[in-house]
Amino acid sequence: MQEPTHGGPRRLVHHVRAGDIEHGGLASAQIKRQLSGLGVAPQDARRAGIIAFEGEMNLVVYSTNGGTITVTVSEKLVDIEVADEGPGIEDIDLALTPGFSTAPSWARELGFGAGMGLCNIQANADWFEIHSHIGSGTRILCRIERRRHDASGHRPTTRT
Amino acid sequence: MTLRDIVRQLGLEVVAGAGWLDRDVSGGFSGDLLSNVLASARPGNLWITIQRHVNVVGVAQVAGLSGVLLAGGEPPAAAVLAKAEEMAIPILLSRDGAFELAGRLHRILVPDVR
Amino acid sequence: MNLHEVSRLLEGSILTESRREDIEIDRAYAVDLLSDVLALTDERTTLITGNISPQVVRVADILNVIAIIFVRGKRPSDSAISYAETLGIPIIWTKKTMFETCGLMYANGVRPCKNRPMAAPEG
Repeated sequence: MQEPTHGGPRRLVHHVRAGDIEHGGLASAQIKRQLSGLGVAPQDARRAGIIAFEGEMNLVVYSTNGGTITVTVSEKLVDIEVADEGPGIEDIDLALTPGFSTAPSWARELGFGAGMGLCNIQANADWFEIHSHIGSGTRILCRIERRRHDASGHRPTTRT
Repeated sequence: MTLRDIVRQLGLEVVAGAGWLDRDVSGGFSGDLLSNVLASARPGNLWITIQRHVNVVGVAQVAGLSGVLLAGGEPPAAAVLAKAEEMAIPILLSRDGAFELAGRLHRILVPDVR
Repeated sequence: MNLHEVSRLLEGSILTESRREDIEIDRAYAVDLLSDVLALTDERTTLITGNISPQVVRVADILNVIAIIFVRGKRPSDSAISYAETLGIPIIWTKKTMFETCGLMYANGVRPCKNRPMAAPEG
């Protein structure tokens, strides 16, 4: 039985280690499942999972000391924050350009570093913000506005 | 079967290396991992990929491929095209995805398979 | 074609135990790059890949992919196989190249998934 969220927002925190390719992505798969368990519609849980995965792999591949993924679920929103403490992104506009990547060749050979990570994040979020400073780290904030699905996954008809 | 035949039959756009379309195509190769192409593609293969990285051109040249077919519509950066011209690697472009392109190219190159 | 027929066509084997041979494989997407998989908008798609990094099954899970075909004789790790097992995502393993796999499946009526751009998510 999956109950919709009651009694205020729920917060899920996942720590991600830098360089840990073996476990990279597990947190995101778990986040998707946790969200479904909290009654988030399948489409929204999927979008959140994609955002979390791209964020998680960024932490694995790029961050100096790893970071955290914090997901906050409220009645109408799913907020996802991906934060690390460095090294920071030198040119954010460039990093947001489809196809641009600074991934090392080992990551490319694993199928990462196509330069689509931040684009995929943006495409799946209803609202997106990125803050980054060299030396202090990167924070990505994403918001998904929850749909009101019925059990079949269809959105309810809008009442006029 | 030449690149020119394939361009015509699959309705591809030629974005670089138009001067080398008379090359024979020995077969198809699909994939996005450069090391895999170097290890397994055969000379004369036409390589289907979604990669847009400039290294694609270098890999195609080293592996002796007849050309590169980029799936998914987006043209690569100008620097990639310039490199392809310089290295005589035709770059073909299609809006179709890699699965469909491989399916259709396979049908042309190996018509009797079912 | 169902899972079993695809496996036979590719001279492959089904690595997961709960074989779910009745699963219908009618749409496919072939790619090695995970970021591209993550841009996949179509659900109930079969993923064809030569990428055996541990992330592949996790991504398939997040995206609701219905089955994974590992090509080029690249065998995923036992832990990836058992993870897929718990998720109910069947895995086919074939020695055929990605090109040939796509060619054979296409010739047998499997079609590309619809992958509309993600830029304007519905809603």
